[in-house]
Amino acid sequence: MLRYTVRRLGQLVLVVLVLSLLIFAWLHSLPGGPVSALLGERATPESTRALTIQLGLDQPIFVQYWKFLLRALSGDFGVSLGVQPGASVVDVFLTRFPATIELSVCAIILAIVFGIPLGYLAARRRGGWFDNLSIGASLIGVAVPVFFLAFLLKYIFAVKLGILPSLGRQDAIDATRVTGFFVLDGLLTQEWDASLNALKHLILPSIALATIPFAVIFRITRAAVLDVQDEDYVRTAESKGLTTRVIRARHVLRNAMLPVVTTIGLQTGALLAGAVLTEGVFNFPGVGDALATGFRQHDYPMLEMLVLVAAIVYVLVNLLVDLSYALIDPRVRAK
Amino acid sequence: MTITSRKARIDKLAENGDAGVSLVASAWRRLRRSPVFLVGAAIIVAFVLIALLSPLLAPHDPSATLLLDQVSKAQNKIPDPQPGYPLGGDDQGRDFLSRLLIGSQQTLMVGVLATLFGLAGGLVLGTLAGALSGWVDTVVMRIVDVMLSIPSILLAVSIAALFVHPNQYTVIVAVAIVQIPVFARLLRGSMLAQRASDHVLAARALGVKPGAIVFRHMLPNSLSPVIVQATIVLATSIIDAAALSFLGLGNPDDSVPEWGSMLGRSQGLLDSHPELSFWPACCIIVVALGFTLCGESLRDALDPKNRR
Amino acid sequence: MALLEVRDLTVQFRRRGEEPFTAVDGVSFDVDPGQTIGLVGESGCGKSVTSLAIMGLLPRKGNQVTGSVRFEDTELLSLSQSQMRDRRGRDLGMVFQDPLSSLNPVVSIGLQVTEVLERHRGMARKAAMVEATELLDKVGIPDPGRRLSEYPHQLSGGMRQRALIAMALACRPRLLIADEPTTALDVTIQAQILALLKELVTDTGTALIMITHDLGVVAGLCDEVNVLYGGRVVERAARHELFAEPRHPYTHGLLASIPRLDAPRGEKLVPIKGSVADNIPWDGACAFAPRCPNALDTCTQVTPEQESLANRLLRCHNPVEVTA
Repeated sequence: MLRYTVRRLGQLVLVVLVLSLLIFAWLHSLPGGPVSALLGERATPESTRALTIQLGLDQPIFVQYWKFLLRALSGDFGVSLGVQPGASVVDVFLTRFPATIELSVCAIILAIVFGIPLGYLAARRRGGWFDNLSIGASLIGVAVPVFFLAFLLKYIFAVKLGILPSLGRQDAIDATRVTGFFVLDGLLTQEWDASLNALKHLILPSIALATIPFAVIFRITRAAVLDVQDEDYVRTAESKGLTTRVIRARHVLRNAMLPVVTTIGLQTGALLAGAVLTEGVFNFPGVGDALATGFRQHDYPMLEMLVLVAAIVYVLVNLLVDLSYALIDPRVRAK
Repeated sequence: MTITSRKARIDKLAENGDAGVSLVASAWRRLRRSPVFLVGAAIIVAFVLIALLSPLLAPHDPSATLLLDQVSKAQNKIPDPQPGYPLGGDDQGRDFLSRLLIGSQQTLMVGVLATLFGLAGGLVLGTLAGALSGWVDTVVMRIVDVMLSIPSILLAVSIAALFVHPNQYTVIVAVAIVQIPVFARLLRGSMLAQRASDHVLAARALGVKPGAIVFRHMLPNSLSPVIVQATIVLATSIIDAAALSFLGLGNPDDSVPEWGSMLGRSQGLLDSHPELSFWPACCIIVVALGFTLCGESLRDALDPKNRR
Repeated sequence: MALLEVRDLTVQFRRRGEEPFTAVDGVSFDVDPGQTIGLVGESGCGKSVTSLAIMGLLPRKGNQVTGSVRFEDTELLSLSQSQMRDRRGRDLGMVFQDPLSSLNPVVSIGLQVTEVLERHRGMARKAAMVEATELLDKVGIPDPGRRLSEYPHQLSGGMRQRALIAMALACRPRLLIADEPTTALDVTIQAQILALLKELVTDTGTALIMITHDLGVVAGLCDEVNVLYGGRVVERAARHELFAEPRHPYTHGLLASIPRLDAPRGEKLVPIKGSVADNIPWDGACAFAPRCPNALDTCTQVTPEQESLANRLLRCHNPVEVTA
């Protein structure tokens, strides 16, 4: 188990290295490159040449990559150009990251809490009205563009009905900041109303974000339970006269969870992509919003860091998934 | 009663448990009876027909700003539905119904081309990896894994950002490249399963040439998951293209309408004119649902576990 | 008094949009305490369905089970699901065909044995573990203490089947049903498992229903043999009578298609022609008629009734003549 973990971490380092190379190459082939991105409209031949030398862009490409790598390792990704002009990219990231984490955690919890039990129920009542209805709903859920769903939710619940806040992470109320996770901060400082207020702001964005993961987790759970129900070992468990509870928990669900766990991992990664499309709709100041704005305003230093971090998080989550997979499946553990 | 008439009765019974009907034939037989597939197919047929006939159906030129005088940026006003313009106009004073109808053409093109490019790239990489094991497999799969390690929208957005002059084709390329690793992995997986299977072993034992084994025995038998995926990608590529437009990385020229960019661009007006988003969104959802329904029922039908 | 009395057991599969199919058609037999009986027939003859019906393991949906299955004084078919759950594993145990797929891959062998003990004998996990070690030892698994913490994929095929037998016998049931327990195993292992089963049922006085398509298994193990065809018992006799004088053409055919070492050189094996797919329904005919070498005109016109002869039950219009 330990050796497996170490080997996977080694692979992770390799993937990140390759990614950093790709992102570096990508950044350098963006239209105009960093110089014109930095100078924008004000570019003159002289200023362009000066900045080229200043940024070290006249040096051989591998020297540039090496320097980029050293800077990245020391946590220096430069200064934001468009998202929060003038601020250090790392600072912008650090203030926005907790927001996205909070949102993603809410969304994935929603997706799991509804997806797994409903998937299980649909499988138990296969072919019934509940099964057909929920399959239909999950198919529609995948067909709706996420950002449109976000707008729809905002339009109905915030604009028309006015029962939920439409913008931001928290209203302008007096709240103490401890960790940057607003809900958690409220709990830590016992400012309950601040916590509740932040939670209310999370509801609509996390529902929008949870739709696709929910639909996928629901369907995988349903399919897995249907598969496992017909397995010989479930019949063996029945022949031993075990209680329904033990059969469901130990023999059906434990096996059916194997593909579901993998799916949850993949969906957690996809949440970040979803955040790019939904955060902006709710003016939710997270990493996804920064990415979307960054692309629109050609904020290359910002993008450089965010894309790299996004990929690292995605790979890390999948590593965690594989490890937890090994915990529930002894056949993987043995390898 | 004679034996023959009894046997006829049994034959009828046995037909329900059909022994020895080929996979494609039995898949097709089940598809024809599946209401899910019929609904999906009906949607797709209607969509393709509308796309083909839209020049005849559209009452106006979709790029002509006929109602420009009724548009007021300051008062946030767009043309209301009126005689001759059943859905009114858009924010540039162009006939909205005509744009929706003609928009189906570009949308169909985005979906089909993106899927074809993705499929072609995935087929090449997947076949290479699946047929030639060893270092080719390792290299191809490492590339694929790195591509898969970036969330798909982010990858599409990153690729779309590379183009100096974005147009509808750069959108298609960006959406298609994201699908390549998915197709490649899928194909390689099922080709590896084929390589280990008895009929490929038998072909090898009979001295069939490696190329013939790959193209005649392994590839055709590995295609069914790829076909299912392609059907579903037809839906997701349309949605992804809409997302690119929404992020401002789509085709900047909107004189030729496309549902995705119509939806993406109208988000800013949602609070005052929700119908501008609502109609293209509905079109996209219905078409995406059609492709998804077909893909899902195809998956069920081609799954050997479901044969009965 | 018989331990298990099966009377007119009938199982019909009813699927939507299909004609009902009778898989088991009025099967009756008795099992005395400690007795071993065999249910023999080719695949599709209804032998496995019979065993599942006795165990109450057929899904309620789509299956109609009628007739009577009396275990001691209880009518099993009229028990509720939860009452049947209390019986299974305690009074009736079952061993299945494929030991790998019959074991839960993600649960340790130890837990899969102890869960039966905890359920039916109310043992605590610790005591159950001690008992499980003894059980595994008894079924001939070496180093049972270590095996308890292992998972099915770490065991060999024979070991898995031994573990399944240990689970089925954990609560000392009075009846064990073994559904083709050796089919998925190597020939050498098959003999070991059969010897083990024989030893265990003799030691504990457990009655055994042996379900198999392999007459060789029956020959070494069973006191009485029921030959099933098309969901009905076509011949029943004590083991020696059946092997010495098979009367039903089907039984005769089964025996004639087994290669024998003592057969003269060059003698041909006589297979039964056709397959189960050639069956015709029992009503108004004999289901075996299309494949039967002895078929008469009556065989396709009148259903043969079950007759009691001196030493056997037989269902045939034109049985094989006694040769001796």
